[in-house]
Amino acid sequence: MPIILDKVSHVYGQDTAMAVTALKNVSLVIPDGQFIGLIGHTGSGKSTLVQHLNGLMKATSGSIYFNGEDIDAEGFDKKMLRSKVGLVFQYPEHQLFETDVFADVCFGPKNLGLSKKEVELRAYEALKLVGLEDAYFYQSPFDLSGGQKRRVAIAGVLAMKPEVLVLDEPTAGLDPKGRDEILDQISRLKKETGMTVILVSHSMDDVAKYVERIIVMNKGSVMYDDAPREVFRHYQELEQIGLAAPQVTYIMKDLQDHGYDVSDEATTIEKAKEEIKSWFARLSAVGKGR
Amino acid sequence: MLRDITLGQYYQADSVIHKLDPRVKLGTTIIFIISLFVFQGAWGYAVAALFLALVIKLSKVPFQFMVKGMKAIVFLLLITVIFNLFLTPGEPLVTVWKLTITKEGLRMAVFLSIRLGFLIIGSSVMTLTTTPNQLTDGLEKMLKPLNKIKVPVHEIAMMMSIALRFIPILMEETDKIMKAQLARCADFESGNLIKKAKSLVPLLVPLFISAFRRANDLAMAMEARCYRGGDNRTKMKPLHYEKRDYIAYAIVACYVILGIAAGKLMPLLVSGIIQLV
Repeated sequence: MPIILDKVSHVYGQDTAMAVTALKNVSLVIPDGQFIGLIGHTGSGKSTLVQHLNGLMKATSGSIYFNGEDIDAEGFDKKMLRSKVGLVFQYPEHQLFETDVFADVCFGPKNLGLSKKEVELRAYEALKLVGLEDAYFYQSPFDLSGGQKRRVAIAGVLAMKPEVLVLDEPTAGLDPKGRDEILDQISRLKKETGMTVILVSHSMDDVAKYVERIIVMNKGSVMYDDAPREVFRHYQELEQIGLAAPQVTYIMKDLQDHGYDVSDEATTIEKAKEEIKSWFARLSAVGKGR
Repeated sequence: MLRDITLGQYYQADSVIHKLDPRVKLGTTIIFIISLFVFQGAWGYAVAALFLALVIKLSKVPFQFMVKGMKAIVFLLLITVIFNLFLTPGEPLVTVWKLTITKEGLRMAVFLSIRLGFLIIGSSVMTLTTTPNQLTDGLEKMLKPLNKIKVPVHEIAMMMSIALRFIPILMEETDKIMKAQLARCADFESGNLIKKAKSLVPLLVPLFISAFRRANDLAMAMEARCYRGGDNRTKMKPLHYEKRDYIAYAIVACYVILGIAAGKLMPLLVSGIIQLV
């Protein structure tokens, strides 16, 4: 179900001396099934933005439409919205509270008023989706490792069967291995379920590998909204706002500057590898021709 | 959601009141509160109002900030006023159905609301112009003599400043966890009392866990820096009385004398004038 944001603004502490504008006239269309990266420096308003998507925060001005309906309209079912737009917060493992993993994952679907059987089925499916082994299901969530806790927390949101999944910095505080595992899992999830996924991050390297569209936020407004390689063309502007293009982009640019005839459009290591390989192939072809 | 509470908040400004030694401000606040109960009659309160107005003016804190603190006690104030108004025995003024407003009740209600209002505004002037750290520093130094009778003054002050420091952090944390559970369709509002209490479990368990985690981290960080209590510990910003602090004490003394005198003498003076006329 598409989400449309129409000139959404949000001001913290309005009408006080300490008013801060967190969002300024943000207009976006989020169609079904896209894999989107939402990128911005700390304080750029990305977390504020995602909390508007499921109605946790109310826009100071502007409106948000979910499936064509204004979410701030009277009588709009916010509970339904929150089950359809699953939001996984930063450090989601801090929200765990039940005595065992399975019961915690059941919390979301139980709140939807489903039958016990359906609740348990969904919890089981969600735990399978995030790749947690059965042996952990009835352990206390507090005995798990950081990465496992995070999976359980993500499963807690997935169990509501959302159509849009928003993850706020899902890799914060994880080691490189844990980070890759979580991101691969999310990407697999996206392929299996076909849901819309919005990945919030401040690391281009994390995002470039997976997403098909990047939205760059700066000081509360949308700066770029395009395919990854189009966005990375502006790497100098990105640096000015405290972000950076993926490291491979810099390598390819350097190669270009040194007179090698390679394209600088590669955004992932795999693509860069192919590009360099094809350059070698071209070189040897030329060599043979000579 | 919980960010709007201003009671106990610090307001940054460059004023004489901000620069005063925290001991002066603590002492003055205590004296002011006592004076509100010692002073008698309208004249005493007039002096207190004048004093309060002077301090607020000097502090450069917008008046609306102090009124905001009042919002928290509006309910308490209302109950006090209503009870005093209707339940004080004395000369009846108005009777509505079975409730009687007496002259004494009216007097009590007015004075009590003035007292409570001044009390809140007076103490919020102190918290608005003093950082929690200064406050606990001041308290520690004031209570230092109690060390002789084995009261762990430094430890108490340390605990106070940590507790104060953690209030905003825990409030933010509550907000965060609440939102995370709301995102899982948690319902904190509907249902009867038992259901509501039960619905707080998903909020309280993570909150306690995070409080313990933070406490543990802090204790580790303190131990890693070899922190050990108060003996021979020096301060980064030691407290010294300066000229302005002595002047402030003198003003407070004048205020107390003036207030008592006004309460006792003015009624005599007024009745004297009336008799003469």
